[in-house]
Amino acid sequence: MTATAETSARTSRVGPIARREARLAYAMLLPTIAIVMAIVLLPLAANIWISLKPVEIADLRPPALLANERLRGDLEAEGDEGRIQYRLRNSSRDIALAATTLTDTLPDGLTPFNVDPRCTVDGRTLSCDLGAFGPGERGEVEIPVRAGAAYVADPANPRDSEALTTADAPNVLTNLHFTFDNIRAVFSSDEFVNVLVVTIVYTFFGTAGAIVLGVAAAQLLNRDFLGRPILRGLYLFPYVAPVIAMAFTWLVLFDPFSGSINAMLSRMEVVGEPINFFGTRAVPVSIFGLEFGFPLALAMVIAFEAWRYFPLSFLFILARMQSIPTDMYEAADMDGATPFQKFFRLSLPQIVGIIAVLFLLRFIWTFNKFDDIFLLTGGAAGTRTLTVDVYYQGFAIGNLGAGAAVAVVIFVMLLIFALLYFRALPKEEGL
Amino acid sequence: MSVATDHAGPAPATRREAIRTPVPGWLVAAPMGLFWGFVLHIVGGVALTLVTGVAMTPAAGAAGLAGLVTALLIAWRPVAERTLPFLVVAGAVFLVVLFAAAFAAPYTVGLGTAPVGEAVVLALTAAGLVATLAVSLKPLTLGRQSRRTTETALAASLGIFGHLFFAAIVVLPFYVLLMTSFKTQQALIANPLDLSIDLSKGLGLFTSYLELFTTYDFGRYMLISFVVSSATVLICLAFAVPGAYAVARLDFPGRQPLSRSILLIYLVPAIVLVIPLYAVFSQLGLRNSLVGLLIVYPATTLPVAIYMLAGYFRGVPRELEEAGLMDGLTRLGVIRRITLPLSLPALTSVGLYVFMIAWNEFLFAFMFLDDPKIFTLSRAVVSLNSSEVPRQYLMAGAVVTTIPILFLFLLAERFMVKGLTAGGVKG
Repeated sequence: MTATAETSARTSRVGPIARREARLAYAMLLPTIAIVMAIVLLPLAANIWISLKPVEIADLRPPALLANERLRGDLEAEGDEGRIQYRLRNSSRDIALAATTLTDTLPDGLTPFNVDPRCTVDGRTLSCDLGAFGPGERGEVEIPVRAGAAYVADPANPRDSEALTTADAPNVLTNLHFTFDNIRAVFSSDEFVNVLVVTIVYTFFGTAGAIVLGVAAAQLLNRDFLGRPILRGLYLFPYVAPVIAMAFTWLVLFDPFSGSINAMLSRMEVVGEPINFFGTRAVPVSIFGLEFGFPLALAMVIAFEAWRYFPLSFLFILARMQSIPTDMYEAADMDGATPFQKFFRLSLPQIVGIIAVLFLLRFIWTFNKFDDIFLLTGGAAGTRTLTVDVYYQGFAIGNLGAGAAVAVVIFVMLLIFALLYFRALPKEEGL
Repeated sequence: MSVATDHAGPAPATRREAIRTPVPGWLVAAPMGLFWGFVLHIVGGVALTLVTGVAMTPAAGAAGLAGLVTALLIAWRPVAERTLPFLVVAGAVFLVVLFAAAFAAPYTVGLGTAPVGEAVVLALTAAGLVATLAVSLKPLTLGRQSRRTTETALAASLGIFGHLFFAAIVVLPFYVLLMTSFKTQQALIANPLDLSIDLSKGLGLFTSYLELFTTYDFGRYMLISFVVSSATVLICLAFAVPGAYAVARLDFPGRQPLSRSILLIYLVPAIVLVIPLYAVFSQLGLRNSLVGLLIVYPATTLPVAIYMLAGYFRGVPRELEEAGLMDGLTRLGVIRRITLPLSLPALTSVGLYVFMIAWNEFLFAFMFLDDPKIFTLSRAVVSLNSSEVPRQYLMAGAVVTTIPILFLFLLAERFMVKGLTAGGVKG
């Protein structure tokens, strides 16, 4: 808070020194602002733009004029005549090309004559202006040539120099053709409600699970004993190790055919058939006659999330616990407090602030999580969250516009969470 | 000392209640013994199965009964007389009851399948059970107990269980990861439970790794990952140091909103950026290239780096910098000569944290890189996930990706932990 007061006090008397300092600050921040603008903020805005465009992943390769070059005729002696033939085709079946050109370098020793009126030859360089090409249109350019001594002595294939073409085509990303199809497609599908529900369930339980595990681990290590530093390091392993390694380990461990867990369960006769943990949408369960489908795959990805991220909440909560003054516990001991009373009435009220902040932050991050689910299930079996849906729409189906529309939904929800976060954030937690 | 009583203790009503509750000691000891007999016998059975590869089905019910009897025996003995010889006897009682209740087959397969292993594990189970119960039941006897004694016993049990639980969930996946990488596909399918290591194969154990580094070119990918991660750290710090210093120390209009928005940008997920970046990078020819990654990685780690460094720079005493300014140093001189040398630990933490993010990064590497010549490790491991590649290669690839980062973590744990706590709100 003093910093704010200081700032306002200083800016009120802007002198040359202050102005120089401000200039220096801007100069120091400029590179960062530029790169963050280009790679983070611009793409954020671009998402909205792309979500309004009928653009598929195949459209990203711009249409081009394809040229196929070959030499016709036998050129075995000096003075023999032949022709270099360019077969041309517009690579796109939908988009017309304008102002197309072709340039090529002719092999040494070949003299062109009767050159096509669209082309000019300057030394060995051939350049042609070929005008417009309709969608899928084909064309041909022929350059008659006469062989010279140099060519006969050392015949070069005309293909050795690649024929280069240029063409003007409307860019799918920058043209002004808009549509609401993507947004309509995303919001009107029955799947979308399902995706939203899965996202919220995954985010809530994943976050809560990680925090509960974190509190338990922190409580365990909040005492001095031999080997505590080792355990603290060990408990951080799931978070530090790369996500691909951990995801594949879980997949192998829980594999229905060659996984240890299934083998153990069936050998110990707990289950009859092997369970496909990451591929089962729902397991029928009946409790007190109430039948419902337990979402097994979703529960598994939630368990993975809680397992992989408990180290983070553990670190924060342990740090907070260790800053609780010990005399409070000594006083409680004097008064005959039981261990559970000490935990629920002393420790918990002390860490509840950090838990709240952690919950909100981890909630946002779990909401944003893509890698884990993508690697574990690919979004199958009822585990498709919004982030996985971006991939599914944009790359699996190939409709970039629809993917971007989902990304916009994510971003809007994120803004709401962030607002909540800044409202709720108690400043003294210092996160 | 009167100090202690000055603090807020439990309310008087609770204090009175705490002295005596109508729970007799046997009602605590019995379920505790049941639980531990049950759990430890299963743990022993699972461990035995994993090490020998022979399926052992522990007779858990019988073990629960035996644990119950043992717990009552321990609780019956006066606290002062629970000596080591007595505890040995208690362990023997556990084994006797277990054998009697399980009809001499504690692991159903019958004794003799792996006699040495079974004997060792049974002895360990009994010892573990007696030790756990002795610790948990320390102040407890069979008669009526104060609530504090009861809860202390429960809390001790819970603590031991917690340690077992966390050790299991953290160690087991890493153990499976490592052991699977030493197996062959046939062995994996033939007996998924056999996670023992066959030392007689000698160097043959490392076949998968050899194959990985020869056929699958993992040496190259490791080098690429290392170069990309290191370059990301350097670029990121080069941008972040001046930026963080400006935010932390210099006054300029718009400082407050700027430092706020750093945190906000930090919350933007990669998946929201991936479509526009994919589209634009494709058209610029940056997509299938390491240059593209070297633009994206620093840009996405910059906010967190600035956030962390600015926090540290604020902690550098202003007086030191002002003294430098007085002595004729320029601002840049102050940063180079005073602030940076003092911030080396923070730079290390941030650098390691960024290195870890870049090394572990999956999404952009997966979306951008198509050419096997320029894969990073993460991308290369994903390419091994196909039905044509034996599983153990995938696991060996995962190990190769994991070991360097875990090694770095153990080497510089202090700095890493600082980085994780400062930046760990993300991940």
